[in-house]
Amino acid sequence: MTLLLIILLPFAGSLCAAFLPSNARNAEAWLAGLVALASTLLTASLYPQVSDGGVVRASLPWAPELGLSFSLRLDGFAWLFAMLVAAMGTLVVVYARYYMSPADPVPRFFSFFLAFMGAMLGVVLSGNLIQMTMFWELTSLASFMLIAYWHHRVDARRGARMALTVTAAGGLSLLGGVLLLGHMAGSYDLDIVLDSAAVIRSHPWYPAVLGLIAFGALTKSAQFPFHFWLPHAMAAPTPVSAYLHSATMVKAGVFLLARLWPVLSGTDAWFWIVGGAGLCSLVIGAYLAMFQEDMKGVLAYSTISHLGLITLLLGMNTQLALVAAVFHIVNHAAFKASLFMAAGIVDHETGTRNLKRLSGLYRAMPITATLAFVAAASMAGVPLLNGFLSKEMFFSETVFLQRPDVQRIGLPLAATVAGMFSVAYSLRFIAEVFLGPQATDLPRAPHEPTRWMLLPSALLVLMCLLVGVFPAHTVGPFLKTATTAILGADAPAYSLAMWHGFNLPVLMSFSALAGGILLHVLLRRHPGIRAPLFGRFDGKRAFDLAQTGIMSGSERALRALSSRRLQTQLLLVVGVAVVGALYPALTAGWSWGTRPVLPPHPAFVLMWVIGAACAVAAAWQAKHHRFAALILSGGAGLATSLTFVWFSAPDLALTQLTVEVVTAVLILLGLRWLPRRDERFRLGERVPLSTRVRRARDTLIATAAGLGLAGLAYAILTRPPTDGISPFFVERALPDGGGLNVVNVILVDFRGFDTFGEITVLGIVALTVYALLRRFRPAPESVALPRQQSEQDGADGDSEERLPDPAALLPDGYLMLPAVIVRLLLPLATLVSLFFLLRGHNAPGGGFVGGLVLATAVILQYIVGGTVWVESRLRIHPQYWIALGLLGAGTAGGGAWLAGEPFLSSRSWHGELPLLGEIHLSTVLLFDLGVYMLVVGATVLMLVALAHQSLRSHHRKAMLARGGFV
Amino acid sequence: MEIVLALAIGIMGGSGVYLLLRPRTFQVIIGLSLLAYAVNLFIFSMGRLNLGRAPVIVPSFGSNPAFYADPLPQALVLTAIVIGFATTALFLVVLLASRGLTGTDHVDGREPEQE
Repeated sequence: MTLLLIILLPFAGSLCAAFLPSNARNAEAWLAGLVALASTLLTASLYPQVSDGGVVRASLPWAPELGLSFSLRLDGFAWLFAMLVAAMGTLVVVYARYYMSPADPVPRFFSFFLAFMGAMLGVVLSGNLIQMTMFWELTSLASFMLIAYWHHRVDARRGARMALTVTAAGGLSLLGGVLLLGHMAGSYDLDIVLDSAAVIRSHPWYPAVLGLIAFGALTKSAQFPFHFWLPHAMAAPTPVSAYLHSATMVKAGVFLLARLWPVLSGTDAWFWIVGGAGLCSLVIGAYLAMFQEDMKGVLAYSTISHLGLITLLLGMNTQLALVAAVFHIVNHAAFKASLFMAAGIVDHETGTRNLKRLSGLYRAMPITATLAFVAAASMAGVPLLNGFLSKEMFFSETVFLQRPDVQRIGLPLAATVAGMFSVAYSLRFIAEVFLGPQATDLPRAPHEPTRWMLLPSALLVLMCLLVGVFPAHTVGPFLKTATTAILGADAPAYSLAMWHGFNLPVLMSFSALAGGILLHVLLRRHPGIRAPLFGRFDGKRAFDLAQTGIMSGSERALRALSSRRLQTQLLLVVGVAVVGALYPALTAGWSWGTRPVLPPHPAFVLMWVIGAACAVAAAWQAKHHRFAALILSGGAGLATSLTFVWFSAPDLALTQLTVEVVTAVLILLGLRWLPRRDERFRLGERVPLSTRVRRARDTLIATAAGLGLAGLAYAILTRPPTDGISPFFVERALPDGGGLNVVNVILVDFRGFDTFGEITVLGIVALTVYALLRRFRPAPESVALPRQQSEQDGADGDSEERLPDPAALLPDGYLMLPAVIVRLLLPLATLVSLFFLLRGHNAPGGGFVGGLVLATAVILQYIVGGTVWVESRLRIHPQYWIALGLLGAGTAGGGAWLAGEPFLSSRSWHGELPLLGEIHLSTVLLFDLGVYMLVVGATVLMLVALAHQSLRSHHRKAMLARGGFV
Repeated sequence: MEIVLALAIGIMGGSGVYLLLRPRTFQVIIGLSLLAYAVNLFIFSMGRLNLGRAPVIVPSFGSNPAFYADPLPQALVLTAIVIGFATTALFLVVLLASRGLTGTDHVDGREPEQE
């Protein structure tokens, strides 16, 4: 429970922080600080449970069928790291409170800050590898949002994008690696994976897993050659740089390498990949750090170098090196975060971070300077400080590493050279900013910041000192717990002390110090020197080139492989379908079945001769005779519904028939807004050759598609039916569903959830149609009354622009008799529709048919009476019908929960009632009632919304004058 | 009967495909409805053609599946018909809006250079 709270608190805090007012700096800081502090204390309180090698676990079931659960796992190593994340978070919040300016929108900052903290704790505490990868990607996203915090700055946006691209690509690769790893170990559970070291290392997939996971870890930890994103991430506010980009997030990579060290390390491939990347980053990062102009730039490259040192230690395949790596993770976090804070203070107080412009700040801000001195000395590896201890452990590991020939000497040498660079850039950082003559042309006159801004930095520096002098009494036990958690019971003995006597590693330390000072003096003589050798190598340029290459390449590929033209796209779709269907027929052969066929009935043949002629004629006429094409396609639809009757499908025939009516009305309403026939063709202009060729081609394709469909249908129809699931429905409809109409029982009971989804879609479509039409602007030439209507209106000599009179007893115009009949029809149609609804369970009918019948009756009122006249008498609120229908169906389904059964389980009651006789009541009827209402609402809404378009343009004023709605 | 129905499916499907490939939106909408008829009949015929079977359970017959029309394709097609209506309506409104916005009823929203 405590474990869960540690992760949940920051996320909950993040949510709260997002909704505070944008100038609530203090409230935000208190919230974030308390959350971070609570996480720290909760983590600290768990220490007794892990100090003796114990593991705290918590787990929530997530998808138990897949063996997945949300599981948390805290051992000594995870504890140390979680502590680092939470405690550092607390300090940085305090710092950030004073760093952020009142103009910055702080809710966004603290919200993402806390979200990052939760995600990072999630990475550390995950007991499941996939879950860890998810949190891993969350940290990348939070980092993206925080780097781009000042999103008006182009460098912030670019830096954020670059960081996200690199680290998220790494995350993707990590996911691949983790999936393979879980497959090899048989589980994604961290405990099981850690126990399968032997299996994993000897598995043929081991190199692939190593490559994928190393790519993920190295990108995250900004290791060579993926280091280039980190300096660009420095566009983030300094608290973010201190927290994410030096102390925690970039350490996720080395955390992962250390976490999986017991199962992945120990091979040559591990040594070369991990160790090699670490060595390159160590040397190159330190080298480039010497030539940076920006304070944060120095620190960024130095971070790359120090992370390289940790990676190299992890890559060395010895247990003592692992201890040194874990130790350096903590030490680096302490001194680097405090240096970032110093850089932020300098930036905050002087307005610049440029080493060229800054000078002699020691006089103006002595406390800041002193703190920076100590932290920088620790970074350089000066004795009495924590940096010295872990660096000395590192030197001694390089010396005692058992490797053949050149590597034996090369590694210590490279380590010493990197140490020299590190001393040189630390010295330069201090000398340029704090020493020398006081700068006079700074944007702001520097002075000491508020005490609260110094406090976090001071605490960290104090820690550097304490650990440096009394390592065994401060960090010793925690380090022991952490390394034992990784290495198990056979963890090696090591001694943590300030001084081990005069030996080779100490000699290396001192020569690095001396060499570094010498290098610094030499470099001072040549101010403005750009990094020799590496000036031309620029990861950013390579990244940009790759990015533009991929973008333009994909654009070109899209242009080559695709088309903006719908006709071409559809041609491809149809072509692929035809070829795809033809292929098996050609390779596997083609034959008709042997099932006896029914003799053709003359009436059926005649019906389909007419139906097919209608279909072909519709295809032929659809361009220039839209109305005719609509009627012809209705003819084909009629043949279809008669076919349903012929082969015992009354439900389908009813539905098809009603839908046919509604569709015809719908398209008729739309016809008015389509452009007139092209005059050229009426004048007998010749069709261009290219068009004729295209039509011939499409005719061929259509013929092929039609023949294919017919052939396929015939081939299936002449084969005996297979044993499907239909018998189940026929047999169980009465006993389980309590209905005789199997189709209806399937729809509302057996597959009720599908129907629920379908009516939801129907409701959404109706609302979408309504919404689209609200914004509908007809083409200018369609606004005027159509010719037919104005001629009709003018036939009785009345004015052409007359308006319907809603108060008239019968609708004005030429349809007086139909108007009377249609009014009488409405109650009758309502009765019929209810009849269909109620009997649907046992006889053809049901909610769909019933709803469509009622909708048709309503639409008839509109057609005959006109919109204005009908709406002055009959107000249907189709939206309510949709809502009530959906709610009704949902309630009928959810009612099953009351009885402790799953959604949509039906309950029924069968018995006698006085007067009414034998009766059968079921929740299924309620569900069908919902379907009915929704169908009515959706159909009427779509049709009425379309019908209203004719009113909007030229009757708008008249309607408004009468107080009606438009 | 089988051959008649198969040909009917083929002719309606072919007419629908021809219209799908045409340049005017109205042609495409009619094409889609013809294709929908063809596909609905095709799915329906997956239960094979049988004459004189009862569509609704008659308790005195018992529930031997051999007496009854196959309910499963019917249930599938019933929902397909209703959803087909919904998509037709949506497509119609989109084409009207596109015609209002672009001033043309060409499927690409603009007249081709030469036709």
